[in-house]
Amino acid sequence: MSKVLLKGNEAIAEAAMRAGCKLFFGYPITPSTEIIEYLAKHLPEAGGTVLQAECEVAAINMCFGAAAAGARVMTASSSPGISLKQEGISYLAANELPVVIVNINRTGPGLGGLGPTQSDYFQSTRGGGHGDYRLIVLAPSKAQELYDLTMEAFDLADKYRNPVLILADGFLGQMMEPVLLKEKKEGNLPPKDWQTDGCKGRAKRKIASYFLVNELAEEACQRWQAKYDQIKEAEQRWESFYADDAEYLLVGYGTCGRIAKSVVLNARKQGMKLGLIRPITLWPFPVKAFTSHFDGIKGIVTVELNAGQMIEDVKLAVNCRVPVHLYKRQGGMLPHEREILKFVGQVFNLPVRGEA
Amino acid sequence: MMDKVLLAGFGGQGVMFIGKILAYAAMLGSLEVCWIPSYGPEMRGGTANCSVILSDEEIHSPVIDQADAGIVLNKPSFDKFLTRIRPGGVLVVNSSIIEMDKTRDDIEIIAIPAGDIAHEIGNPSLANMVCLGALLPKLKLVSLDKIEKALDEVVGKKKPELYEWNLTAIKKGLES
Repeated sequence: MSKVLLKGNEAIAEAAMRAGCKLFFGYPITPSTEIIEYLAKHLPEAGGTVLQAECEVAAINMCFGAAAAGARVMTASSSPGISLKQEGISYLAANELPVVIVNINRTGPGLGGLGPTQSDYFQSTRGGGHGDYRLIVLAPSKAQELYDLTMEAFDLADKYRNPVLILADGFLGQMMEPVLLKEKKEGNLPPKDWQTDGCKGRAKRKIASYFLVNELAEEACQRWQAKYDQIKEAEQRWESFYADDAEYLLVGYGTCGRIAKSVVLNARKQGMKLGLIRPITLWPFPVKAFTSHFDGIKGIVTVELNAGQMIEDVKLAVNCRVPVHLYKRQGGMLPHEREILKFVGQVFNLPVRGEA
Repeated sequence: MMDKVLLAGFGGQGVMFIGKILAYAAMLGSLEVCWIPSYGPEMRGGTANCSVILSDEEIHSPVIDQADAGIVLNKPSFDKFLTRIRPGGVLVVNSSIIEMDKTRDDIEIIAIPAGDIAHEIGNPSLANMVCLGALLPKLKLVSLDKIEKALDEVVGKKKPELYEWNLTAIKKGLES
């Protein structure tokens, strides 16, 4: 199999097609537009349909309908567009409908800017809309991973009957890297014995999330929570990079995760025992990564493109047993590896040679 | 080994195309590569730029602070990127339309009248490829044969005549 050069957004679109996604509903917005553009060009050739909806709210509700009928379906947008979709996403969670949602995060609040950012971490990992629910949130850090995780997102959505969010940024979406176009793995997924695709010859089914009796509503909440607990146990993912013997840890995902790898390599050249935990699932947050590596750790720095959001999950994961600091850039700016290493040296009082 | 290359010019001068050729050359040579466009409102202004990182090992940070090499096709790009080349690096300057009112003595500056050379070849839009030719000997990881393969992949199949034009321009740049 040979590699092809693809933009991150195109890698997402290609992976969706190869995962059997037949329907895409969306409304274009920079920096996610290449997804709908690529699919509009190629999905019809593969027997699917792309529909540019009149707005984001319509698009997410079209996804509701398609998923309820049993189709593999995706939508994509960027931050302000994802905010508009939140009501629909909440309904997807309540009705346990498998939809893949892509957020190519742009800066906020408000209309914001187009640069790379991770300012939607809270919105993504805490549910986002109203009600007590969670999305499975995947955080790729390069084009190949955008491809692989998009493909897998459809299986995770079907396996747990839950919406899955892919969270990336404009830098990852626009950058071109070689991608190996792997074929779909034939997974062992549960039959969709709930889909509403016509009841001729079988009992009627209903997909709804309205409870007039509190006892029934609580029962539903408990069922959802049991599912989320199961996901928390089974699906935490992360990459450990020089973490086994580390005395200090960086924690970063997506674009920051890959920048942090360069920081770690530079630190190691100077004899500093720095390692990295790169969360791949943001929800469930990879708490287990911290229990398995924890003994020799003296301090942690999270590297984020926001005012400090993931740092809360890191502090919870380590029970505040060691100092956890934040290195951040905002507004679409990216940190350089040198400034991160300098910061690590400053907060932990470690010597850092100038041009690391 | 790594080559971090900055490419800049007016929209329409084929900056993204140089980047694409470099990226394909690297990929067809089984190297790692990142092609990073500047995106957003900047693209509608005076300069278009992209950067390419070529490497024989996995590329982690794609953030280029100081580049090893660069090509600037117009004056605004020269002004903006002269300071972004690392000491010891190299900058190819399209001297046909760039008046070099400043310089640096800690980098190698290759001033080449790429616009004029392209005009002599008979296609003014090939200044970008002339500059790529001039830069080639300075790159650690790609050589002419890989660039030829990349050209064939990107334009050769659809427009064979463009392949010849581009290759001629690259060779002119290499010779000068």
